Amino acid sequence: MSVELDRVSKQFGEFTALDQVSFAVGEGELVALVGPSGSGKSTLLRVVAGLERQDAGTVRIHGEDAAPLGPGDRRIGFVFQHYALFRHMTVFENVAFGLRVRPRRERPSGSDIKAAVKDLLALVELDTLGARYPSELSGGQQQRVALARALAVQPRVLLLDEPFGALDARVRKQLRQWLRRLHDEVQVTTILVTHDSEEACEVADRVAVMHDARIAQIGTAAELARGSANPFLESFLAENTRKSAAVKKINYH
Amino acid sequence: MSVLPARRVAPALPRVRSVLPGVRLTLGFTLAYLLVLVVIPLSTLFVRSARLGWTGFLEAATSDRAIAAYRLSVGASVTAALVNGVFGLLVAWVLTRYRFPGKSIADALVDLPFALPTAVAGVALTTLYAQNGLIGALLAPHGIKVAFTPLGITVALTFIGLPFVVRSVQPVLETLPKEIEEAAATLGADRWQTFRRVILPALTPALVAGVSLSFARAIGEYGSVVFISGNMPGFTEIAPLLIMSKLEQYDYGGATAIAVVMLLLSAVILIGAGLLQRRAAKRAA
Amino acid sequence: MSTTIAPPAPRHGIPPGPRTKPRAAAAATGESAGARWVLIAVALAYLFLFLGLPLFVVFQEAFKKGVTAYFTALKEPDLLYALKLTLIVAGIAVPLNVLFGLSAAWAITKGKVRGHALLVALADLPLAVSPVIAGLTFMLLFGMQGWFGPWLKAHDIQIAFTVTAVVLATIFVTLPFVARELIPLMEEQGVTEEEAAVTLGASGWQIFRRVTLPNIRWGLLYGVVLCNARAMGEFGAVSVVSGRIRGQTTTLPLHIEILYNEYDFTAAFAASSLLAMLAVVTLAAKHLLERSHHAARARIIQEQQERQP
Repeated sequence: MSVELDRVSKQFGEFTALDQVSFAVGEGELVALVGPSGSGKSTLLRVVAGLERQDAGTVRIHGEDAAPLGPGDRRIGFVFQHYALFRHMTVFENVAFGLRVRPRRERPSGSDIKAAVKDLLALVELDTLGARYPSELSGGQQQRVALARALAVQPRVLLLDEPFGALDARVRKQLRQWLRRLHDEVQVTTILVTHDSEEACEVADRVAVMHDARIAQIGTAAELARGSANPFLESFLAENTRKSAAVKKINYH
Repeated sequence: MSVLPARRVAPALPRVRSVLPGVRLTLGFTLAYLLVLVVIPLSTLFVRSARLGWTGFLEAATSDRAIAAYRLSVGASVTAALVNGVFGLLVAWVLTRYRFPGKSIADALVDLPFALPTAVAGVALTTLYAQNGLIGALLAPHGIKVAFTPLGITVALTFIGLPFVVRSVQPVLETLPKEIEEAAATLGADRWQTFRRVILPALTPALVAGVSLSFARAIGEYGSVVFISGNMPGFTEIAPLLIMSKLEQYDYGGATAIAVVMLLLSAVILIGAGLLQRRAAKRAA
Repeated sequence: MSTTIAPPAPRHGIPPGPRTKPRAAAAATGESAGARWVLIAVALAYLFLFLGLPLFVVFQEAFKKGVTAYFTALKEPDLLYALKLTLIVAGIAVPLNVLFGLSAAWAITKGKVRGHALLVALADLPLAVSPVIAGLTFMLLFGMQGWFGPWLKAHDIQIAFTVTAVVLATIFVTLPFVARELIPLMEEQGVTEEEAAVTLGASGWQIFRRVTLPNIRWGLLYGVVLCNARAMGEFGAVSVVSGRIRGQTTTLPLHIEILYNEYDFTAAFAASSLLAMLAVVTLAAKHLLERSHHAARARIIQEQQERQP
């Protein structure tokens, strides 16, 4: 198992964000976390990343207990909803950042970094834009730079927090299919948080639905489409899963 | 519906396109006020310099004593501004990011140089750093003299410019999105690397603005410096003091020449800083 | 997709690698507690050294010879006169500059005047000029050798080295303070409320008093506090134009200088303590007003953002 959560709880003051959540993601899987706002999905992601500290329970990444490790040591890649690109650096410098801040002993040479960044920009189809600044790019392009930047440090787990939430509908649809293709190529364990259940079902191998700080149900898009005992989930998933399961069948098989 | 009378625009005032009443009145008053209190007084400087003629002007403006004064003024002001740049950043950081007892008092105290009359600051600083003063006495055994030396002037100018950097940086620091620091952390940067490569560049425009404001304030400062400097020509005489000295001797021409040079110097440095700031801001936009 | 990158195998010689020694996990993105306290200590030491100590020294020296000596010094007629003059000068300069600030802000923001950038620059100019230079310009106007010198002499009017000159110089130096607060504030607030009032038939004065003024009160008060502090404390410009005639044209800061130069330290610092107390009150008022002022501005910006589709 690539990522395992065992009875993780987190409170913010009076508010319970995570209530004894247990959850596992397999090697190379792409799992989506769906749910309405306040359901705890972003908090779960941030706990896995080490950006929040859980109050109880354990997080294991590739078998190791992640507790003593900070976000920089867990070998995760994180992509934020609003890109969080370094605005004073070019696209190239953004992507190269993770490699340049490595301690001297582990730092690759300048030419190695250059080549790696070139490859990554080609992977996200932005090869010609290395010298641009983030303010000169569209939202979709910025998000792809953010992805390339996260992948540069060869993470074992890729965490995406509503990555397409700030983009308009058309770009969102394009990018989610693109993300699926990218995942198939790179095959990094990925957890995607989204409030859009259609997106979740279209892109992910498995979908976990969160509600009120807990995981209400996990399954493949097809399994979820077959219906659910939980009335909340029924209405939440109803349209989207059936449609997406069908769509997925057409695109990828 | 009645026919409204055509609006007549008074030819003497600039054309005013507005629905709201009182604009012409207020504009007239504003212009008159500025004319009488700002434009005319400042123009006397240039008229008077012109009267000196080129040779007269250059003679007064570039005498040895004057050059020493400019050098001291600029040197001390730049040093003070840079010290404030470093420590002002630190203070802004600590006030924005951390919680500690007495924080709101510290935050309010930062504005003291704005609120305290310069003469009061001047006598207080001199007493503090004189040989028998609280700090002067501590430094005297080590052979460090502060009062009546250029060092004392720099200390006074540091006091006077302190709020500018802090108040320039604070708002930017407060609204810096935390995702940027989180992104850097997930990419493996340690805290110092994150500060140096991610946070500091984002603060640079505000820092430059604050440092140049601090400098601009320092270079024209009189009240807090006149006591601690001792006014020794060629040694501790900054430009404003030299102007004052000339005035006391009724050498209006000489005073004006030096004033004009000072204004030009400040203008050049401020425009330079403004350009620097604009360039840094463009990147971090 | 053209290139393929296989994560597990190193590419281009870059080994994937955990850090050889993982750092102790502090709060996700914060400094260690130790570093934090060091930074706080250094910052506070800097503030204490440069700000706290001078303030402390004022009161220490004022009371050095005891409380009786302190109050005796304060009751000295010349000092009391200086205090009175300072209050009078501020009492004239501040209201005039408030009037100016309101006028300029109204003309610029409600009137949409062209070339308002020039007006704003002119209004800011006194801040960029050394106070000594400011005093010099008034001497060049009204001094014996000045523009109006001969005319004034002929009419037996004296301006230089009188209270009038002191007031003029103070007005110049403190001119920007109210305007600088009001212009951006009124700009952000826009004209819509005032335009609505016009359509409802209100006169200019009514609009100002009932619509504009309530909206700008915190900014106005804030500007007044700053303007007053500067007006009472002005030294350089006043030093040049007043001639320092004791008992006639000396404001409190000038009187402090005279006392200090005569080595009458107790009196000098007793007078200073009055101004220092004023400074502390100014700081407190500023601090309290800032919160309301900035909260009001933040609310306006938020409302504007909500209005946008």
